[in-house]
This record gives sequence, structure tokens and C-alpha cells, in this order.
Amino acid sequence: MKIFLKINKKDMEFDIKGSETVYDILKSINITSVRKSCDSGVCGLCTVLLNGKPIPSCSYLAAKADGGHITTIEAVEEEAEKFGRFMNEEGAVQCAYCTPGFVLTVMSMKDNLKNFDDESINKYLVGNLCRCSGYQGHLRAIKKYLGVAE
Amino acid sequence: MKEVKKSIPKIDGIGLLKGRPAYTMDFAAKDSLVIKILRSPHAFARIKNIDTKKAEYLPNVKCVLTYKNVPRNIVTRAGQGYPEPSPHDKFILDEYVRYIGDEVAVVAAEDEETALKALKLIEVEYEVLEPVLDFEKAEGHKSIIHPEKECHEMFPIGFNPTKNIAAEYNMHYGDVDEVLKGCEYVVKKTYYTHAQAHVTMEPHCSYSYMDIHGRINIISSTQTPYHVRRIVAEALGIPIEKIRVVKPRIGGGYGGKQALHGEFYTALITSITGRPSKLEYTRQEVFESSYTRHPMKIDVTMGADKEGNIKAIDMHILSNTGAYAEHALTVFMVAGSKTLPLYNKAEAVRFGGKVVYTNHTPAGAYRGYGAIQGNFALESTVDELSKMCNMDPVDFRAKNMIREKETSPIFRIMGEGTEGVDMIVESCKLDYCLDRAKEICGYEYKKKNNKSSDKVRGIGCAIAMQGSGIPAIDMGSALIKLNDQGFFNLLVGATDIGTGSDTILAQIAAEGIGVGVDKIIVYSSDTDLTPFDCGAYASSTTYVSGNAVRKAALKMRDMIIEEGAKQLGCSAMDIEFDGNMIKTKDGKEITLKELSTNLFYSKNQKQLISCESFCGEVSPPPFLTAFAEVEVDTKTGKVDLVDYTVVVDCGTPINPALARVQVEGGIVQGIGMTLFEDVKYAENGKLLNSSFLTYRIPTRMDIGKINVEFAESYDPTGPYGAKSVGEIGIDTPPAAIANAIYNAVGVRITKLPIKAEDILKALKEKEK
Amino acid sequence: MKVKEYKRAESLNEAYDALLNGSVIIGGGAFMHLSDNEVSIVDLSKLGLSFINENEDTVEIGAYTTLKEIEDSSIISSYFNGVLSKTAGIIAGVQVRNIATIGGCIGGRYGFSDILTCLLALNAKVELFKAGKMSLEEYLSSREIKDIILKVIINKNNKKASFFNMRNSFSDFSVLNVAVCKDEDFKIAVGARPLSAVYAKDAMEYLNQNELNYENIKKAAEIAGDTLNFGDDLRASSNYRREVCKTLVERALLEVIK
Repeated sequence: MKIFLKINKKDMEFDIKGSETVYDILKSINITSVRKSCDSGVCGLCTVLLNGKPIPSCSYLAAKADGGHITTIEAVEEEAEKFGRFMNEEGAVQCAYCTPGFVLTVMSMKDNLKNFDDESINKYLVGNLCRCSGYQGHLRAIKKYLGVAE
Repeated sequence: MKEVKKSIPKIDGIGLLKGRPAYTMDFAAKDSLVIKILRSPHAFARIKNIDTKKAEYLPNVKCVLTYKNVPRNIVTRAGQGYPEPSPHDKFILDEYVRYIGDEVAVVAAEDEETALKALKLIEVEYEVLEPVLDFEKAEGHKSIIHPEKECHEMFPIGFNPTKNIAAEYNMHYGDVDEVLKGCEYVVKKTYYTHAQAHVTMEPHCSYSYMDIHGRINIISSTQTPYHVRRIVAEALGIPIEKIRVVKPRIGGGYGGKQALHGEFYTALITSITGRPSKLEYTRQEVFESSYTRHPMKIDVTMGADKEGNIKAIDMHILSNTGAYAEHALTVFMVAGSKTLPLYNKAEAVRFGGKVVYTNHTPAGAYRGYGAIQGNFALESTVDELSKMCNMDPVDFRAKNMIREKETSPIFRIMGEGTEGVDMIVESCKLDYCLDRAKEICGYEYKKKNNKSSDKVRGIGCAIAMQGSGIPAIDMGSALIKLNDQGFFNLLVGATDIGTGSDTILAQIAAEGIGVGVDKIIVYSSDTDLTPFDCGAYASSTTYVSGNAVRKAALKMRDMIIEEGAKQLGCSAMDIEFDGNMIKTKDGKEITLKELSTNLFYSKNQKQLISCESFCGEVSPPPFLTAFAEVEVDTKTGKVDLVDYTVVVDCGTPINPALARVQVEGGIVQGIGMTLFEDVKYAENGKLLNSSFLTYRIPTRMDIGKINVEFAESYDPTGPYGAKSVGEIGIDTPPAAIANAIYNAVGVRITKLPIKAEDILKALKEKEK
Repeated sequence: MKVKEYKRAESLNEAYDALLNGSVIIGGGAFMHLSDNEVSIVDLSKLGLSFINENEDTVEIGAYTTLKEIEDSSIISSYFNGVLSKTAGIIAGVQVRNIATIGGCIGGRYGFSDILTCLLALNAKVELFKAGKMSLEEYLSSREIKDIILKVIINKNNKKASFFNMRNSFSDFSVLNVAVCKDEDFKIAVGARPLSAVYAKDAMEYLNQNELNYENIKKAAEIAGDTLNFGDDLRASSNYRREVCKTLVERALLEVIK
């Protein structure tokens, strides 16, 4: 079937199989930042923004996304780097396999969360797993980035 | 110290954060053959017949491998130095399959769909054998897991495959039984630890292609590129010079990628077909068919005198290495060698036991590497003994623990599979760490818990040590090259697996040469281009590779001064080099930029290269003290971790921000092992927790507040005073949390993971 | 599940025909990894089933409303002590909540579901395309129903509700969950047993026929644990679930009468 997607601000048409996910589509156009790890929608690595909302691209059928706008970190590099500098200063970019998906979720959190207390931040980001960092450096970087550090 | 002890951003951090191509699969050619592996549905079986014809008839299938058409060379996949302390017990493919998930056949096809289809068309007739699934019944079981005549040990490690024993070791000093008899207080406990999974976010993957010279190039998610080169050559039976291994960026290792995984298959498929080939494990394969932490049963007996002096420690271990014996002996030995020296005043110590084969997923290297298992047993027992002695557990530790400038006979007796090295602990700030951590977490106030509701808080302590590389075995080397306009290439075999070692090695190089870190371009882990390094394991990179870099950097500095002197026409003795300007006392000067450009193009032309190696004579231990505060729900048994405070002595942290995250990350993996990461098997031996839905690593909501501080410390043998920091963080959570639970509700949990259900059961029994 | 064929329905009738022909209705697809079956699926996402409406007596939630929309809804969070919104908000991560739909949770009859337990306690009704309105209890207990869920309907009255769950880690499925609703009577729902949510009928009856005091709350909680069925799975044993049930029912009752 044919579907239309806007990917990182570019309109594209795809001829897809019903079983293909948003992740599969992104791989087919060589987007490297979106990675699959758990293959069960749990880890958050394959996070992309669909119409501004973070979704697990490995668990979302491309056909369902028809007409939607998908954003990956490639389209928000400038903002990502702004936050990334804080992450990097904290040493919190470790193996970084999970980092692009995490950064996208942070971007979405910045626009959607009302209170930036530790608990609310951690709760918003709970779907982004990280095995290296122990999460503490993430939190320090986020608070500096949002200007809410003590 | 200008460039070290400084938190500079990781040099590859921003590029990685933006998701730029950097990992193995990002480099796999689009036309690569896709490799899929048919895996055993039986815990133990012999392949009676295997028919691959139907699979091979599929048009897009290029190659099907079974034990019948692959080289039969027995190796160990452990990824250790040579000769390995692990027995050689693994063929590329074998007629026996030894666990559910073991390799039966390998398919290479033009696309994934075809490869998967081909797997279904392979017809296998198995002779199902009785599996050994209980490691306490493995020794002498009527099923022999490794009946093949080729399996062998490389040097004596107590290997006895006819009894399912992969390794055996015993040591003692003093007469433990005699000393225990004279002790006022004796505690005897048994502990069980489980097969924790590494859960690297990047699944194990490997990619091979053949270059114009007919050499096989392997790009692999590995911690040990040099060992991969050696072992692939050995297994395939091809000359080592025909293989190049490149490690790109790695999506997490933690020991899980020290051993080889898919490299045999991509290398072999590429050598047979001449085509690039790639293999990426599914998540289920990562859980079922890579490696786990060694599950252990640990018996500890510990005795103290009336005054609360620990007099004797007896530690006996049965370790389960699963179907293959990667790291069998060494993980088990480290459970003693990286824990027992903590209480070095004991008059008598005995350590020993066996490592047995079972028909489970093989165990292998995993951050902490025995130390975490041993620490759980030892540090839980120390708490029990302190209670018997009527002493506060923290005071009890302070009284008995190792101090700076002391030693332990263990250092000399126990190495990694061999004898150890004698060593005085030149840097040990355990006393400071203990006092400081106590102060930060408010121990004195918190230890007197009040039981006013269903939820009770408690606090517990544990101390830990690690090593810094394997002395007299692990070698790292570094090569520094001066370029025109005064920048340097630092070439290292050391393997950055996300830890930031490329960055800290650049810092050490910059400090040694005396230039800014921005002048150092790092290239790492390519067996053709970078000098040898054993790899990223055994907490070795900062200490071993770092020392090599420091030596190479100091040599480069000398070379610069010498060449500068020649160009300025004076003696090297009269030269000062400030990182930018090479000048004499009488005012002659040349910039490094000019000097290096001259050396290439105009005057006294030559390439300056310094190359140095380092192999430790000692392995200075980093130390750590930890306090866990928990809240136990007495009606559900649920444990919430409130606060985890550690103070670490890792010598000089070369990059404090990266060192801190190493510790924090280690702690959270340790918390995962302690409270969340459960491992269960079906009756037939199948691993049931083989997805992220059933194997739960901690989320950021599960871990409470983590506080990490560093002690001021300097080890004279380390590069700029540094010791290791990669593993020590993981060691304490099992014991500290178990001790905190005891402090809160008075039940002693001796089996990992600590489950709410077990606590509730223990609480109910206590009420009776 | 694996997708054999995907069809986006243009009408409910078309979807219903596909359903009768063996197709499966997909919600958000958040839990499609839970099974390996290869199926043809029908997607109703263009049929206007994503809504939250407040009527005089009821709140209606369209089948394609996501858990995140329920979490964020000012309408839903202003009723039943906000329990439905709060519970939606602790399920998995934000990514999953952005795609998981309420219809998918109900249609899947997932045992682990926290939201189902809440809806059951709130005495929700589902409106089906062919069969019309039906109590959630009836829907959950009859697995044979081949119909399309259009919406969930909850009576507003002045219900107070509470929800408690026990889970091993934050974003894991519950080992057990309990929701209590106090209207004129008490409704107690227990889920993740690990089978899907049911009413603790004996406990409800006891509580509704006896004076409301701490002793009777304790007694009702005991009855709930003793009379319901629990099973073993990877996450916990049935005995443990029984104990936790007693504790959580007690806590949920105490919370709701505050």
C-alpha cells in the first residue's frame, strides 16, 4: 500500500507492506540515529516524534502513521546539541546507543511537562532505558539545560 | 596537572548523541549477506541427522553451515590473553548441542526474510540426552556435557570434563579449622547468586568483508579486537595475518563482549563466499545465546575473637559456568581474590571450590567478575558477625579492614588462574571513605529505624575493592605521532566501549607531552593500525593502557625537546617546552608548530613517533564504601531504595565526570542484579526471562538518590596517580541492600535477586 | 503478533465484516509484540473513535483514545479522585502511553492491565457496534464476543475511587492491582492475578452489608484474598498474590473512605 509521511520536514511517499513499522521505514532511508534494541516497545531507543509526540517506532505500524510527521534527531540537531553539551559535560553520554531516542524524549518533555521537579522528569523519561549511565548524569544535565538546577 | 583530573567532555560525545553512524551495523555494506542461526530447542542433544538441502535450494540462500562442513578446531571464546585460563571446549559448530539456544546451523542469505525461511527448512533429527540443569548435581552426573576428546586445558586449572568439572582451585594460609575453634564468635552462611544478563543496548553483532588482498576484515562489537583476531584465526584454521579486526563504537559491553560471539560466523561466511556478511543477534538471542554472570553457591564461615577481631575466613564456592567454560576459573577465583584481602588481619584464610558445567547458557565475563558474588557473601557475613560481636557493623569494618601500606597474603597466592603478585597497598583511603560516606548519608541517625507504619526504613553498609588490570599478564601499548603544525595522533589498541577511554587517554597523552588535549587525535582498536592492547576488561584501561600512553607521551616530549634543541643549535638540557614554545634560557625559540612543519618539509626531516608498552607489576586496588538506605513495605515485602551513597578511592580520577558516571552506572547495574533482574528457567532448561518485558533492568524511577564522591588519593604506580574505576561501582549493592533490609526488618536474605515475595515470606516466618 | 495484511477501515460496517472474516482489530499496537500469531488486522483510527466527552451523567471515552490522552484529560482527572488519569499515567513509558488505546486494553482483555481494573471498579460500560451497551464485567467474562468496541461509558455520580498496585519495578506489569470505588456501595476490582480483573464479590457483599469500620475493612480484605483465584507466573506465585491482595484491598478501602 502507498502511504505519505513527512519525515524530518520532507514529504515522502512509500510503498509499504502492512507489516512494516515506522522503524523499518526509517531504516530504509538510512536514518542511523533511530535504533532498535528490545524489539518489544519497552526500551525507548527507537523513539521518534510522531506529530510531536514520542512513540516507539518499532511498535508502530507505518500504515497507521500515514499522513503524519515524523521527527528524528537529525531534524533537531541544533537543540539536541544545546542539551548535548550539558550531557557531555556530565559524562552522561556513555555508549550512547540509547542517547538519540532519549534526547528526543527530553525535547518532547521540555514542551509538555508542567513541573520540572526530579520526580516528574524521571517519570516522564521512564520509558527510556539506559544501561551505562545510572541515570544520575542525565538528570543533572536536564536540570542544567532547563535552568532548574539547584 | 593541567589536562588530567579535569572533566573535559567526551571527544566523541556530541557525534554519538546526534546518532551519527558509528556502530558495527552502521558500517555493514547494503549488499551484505544476512546471517541467521538455527538454535537448539534442547538443553542437551546429539544431532543424529541434519539435512540442509531444502534450505540450500532456496534461490537467495548462499551458504548453509553445519558441524559437517566447518573447520573442527577447538577453542575458547573467552577473549583472554594467551594461553587462556579457560579450557578449550568450543567448536564453531558441533554435533552436540549443550543448551537451549546453542548453535545448530548457520544460514547466509541475500536478505533476512530468506534467511529466516531457510532456518525453518533445515531438518534436524536429535538424540535428546538428559540435561544437567541443577548445578549442585552437575559433578559426577551421568550425563557428560563435554565428551569430545579434543577438549583440553591450556595449563593446569583442575579441568575434569568427565565429571563435568571445568575448573577447581583451593588455597589457604594459616590453619582455618584450628583458628575457628579458638574464635569466640563464628558465623556460617550459604549464599546464592544468579545469572544476571549484561543487557547491552546494542545487541551482539559482527560484520565481515574481504579486502582486495583476500584478507578478512571483521568489524565487530567487541571489547577485545586482538583476542578476536587470534581466536578467529585459530578456530577457522587460517593464518592470523589474513585477519584484521576493527572495533568501531560499541553500544555497551560490561564484559559481555569480551568473549567472541558472531565473529566466527561472519568471518567464515565471508571467507567461503567472498561476500560481505553480517550477523546481529535478536534480543532473545542476546539473552539466551550470549553469556551471563556465573551463578554461584557460596559458603562462608567467619570467626572473630571477643574483641571483635576477624580471625579466620573460610569461603567455599560452587560456580556454574553453563555449557561452555569461558572465564570459569578466573571469575570464581576473583570472588575470593578481590574480596578476602579487605579483611587482611585474619590469621587464617581458606578459599576453594569447583566450577561445573551445566546445560544452561554459558556464563562469562561480567563487570564485577566474581567480586560482586564474593562481596555479597562476605559483606553479608561481616554484618552477621558484627551483630554477634555486639558491634556496630560499620565500626566492625573499620576495626578489621585493610589500610594503606598494608598487604595481604592473598595478593601473592591468588592471581587470575595463576599465582598472584606480592603487593603493598600504596594507596588506600578506605578509612576516609567510610567516615565520609557515613557522614553524607546520616548513618548514625538512620540506623535506629523506627517502626511506626507498614513501611520501615533501614540502612546498610558494604565495602569493596577491585584490581587495576591483571598484573604480569595484561599489556597495553600506545603510539604517538607528531604531525605538521604540531598536532598528534594517539594510536591505541585500548578499546573504548562507551566508557570514554579514548578521551581519558587523550588527556593523559596531552598531560605527558605538555600540550592541550585539543592537539590529540585519537584512533583506537584496529589490529592493522594500532599497537597491541589486551582490551577493555579487568578494570585495565586507565591503569594499563593509561600507563603506556603516559610513557609514550613523556618520550614524545623528550623527542620534541631533542629535535627542538637541534633546530635551535643548543643542548637539550637548555631547552624549556611549555606546550607551545620550545625555547632556550638565552632567548632562542621555535614554536611546536614551526618545529613540526620543519621536520616534515624543510629541516632535519623525519617523522617523530614514540611507542611504549606497559604491563603492570602490581594491580593497585581501588576501594569503595557504600551505604544503602531502603524502605521495606512489611505488608508486601517490597523494597524501595531511598538513597545509595558511596565514596570511592580510585586514585586520581583522570576525568572526574566520566569516573563518576562509571561509578553511578556500576551501582545501578548492581542494584538491578540485587532487586530486579530475575532469571527463571522452564523445566526443560529454557530461559524464561529472555525479553525486556520479562527481564527488567532498573528504570530511572527505581533507584532512589545516588550520591558519589571521590576521596583524594594518589597511587604512585598509576598514570598521574590513577587506579581503575570501571568495575568497583557494581560490587556493593547486593550486600549493602541486604544489610539495609536486615537493619530495617530483621530478615536476612541470602539469595539473589532479593524479591518482595521472599522478604514477605521471611517476615511471616519471623512472626511465628 | 505479525501482520499478514493491514486494512484501514473506511466504515464500521467494513470493519465488522473484516472482523467476521477473521481479522483482528488493532488499537495502537503497543502490545503487538506479546504474541507471535500472524494475523490480518483492521485499523479503525480514521473512524473518529478518539474522544473524551462529558455528558450530564456520564463520561465517555472513545475506543481509540490513548492512555496519554486519558492521563492528560482535565475532564477525566476531575472525577473519581483522578484515579483513572493517575493510573493511566503510571503505565509503561510515555512512548507506549502515546500509542496504547483504551479500546486495545479492553479488547485485549490483558490480565496485567491496570486501567481495566480501574474501569471495572468504576462499573464502566462498553458500547459495542452490534451488541450495544454492555457492562465491562460482562464483556470481560465472555471471550467469544466478536464485536467492535466504540467507547467506554462511566457514570459520574459522586464516585470516589482509589487504585493500588504492586509491581516489581516501576514500568513493569503489575504483580497485582486493586481498584475500589465507593458510590452507594463499594465495588472492589482485583486484576493482574495474573488473570484479568474481576470483582471481589464476597468482599463487596460483606462490606456492603456490614457497618463501615476498620475491623470490617480488614475482614473484607481478608475475604477478597481468600475467595479470589490467583495464579503463578514469572512475576510472582499465587500465594504471594493472595497476601498482596489482602494488603492492597485494605489500603484501597482505607484510601477511598478518607
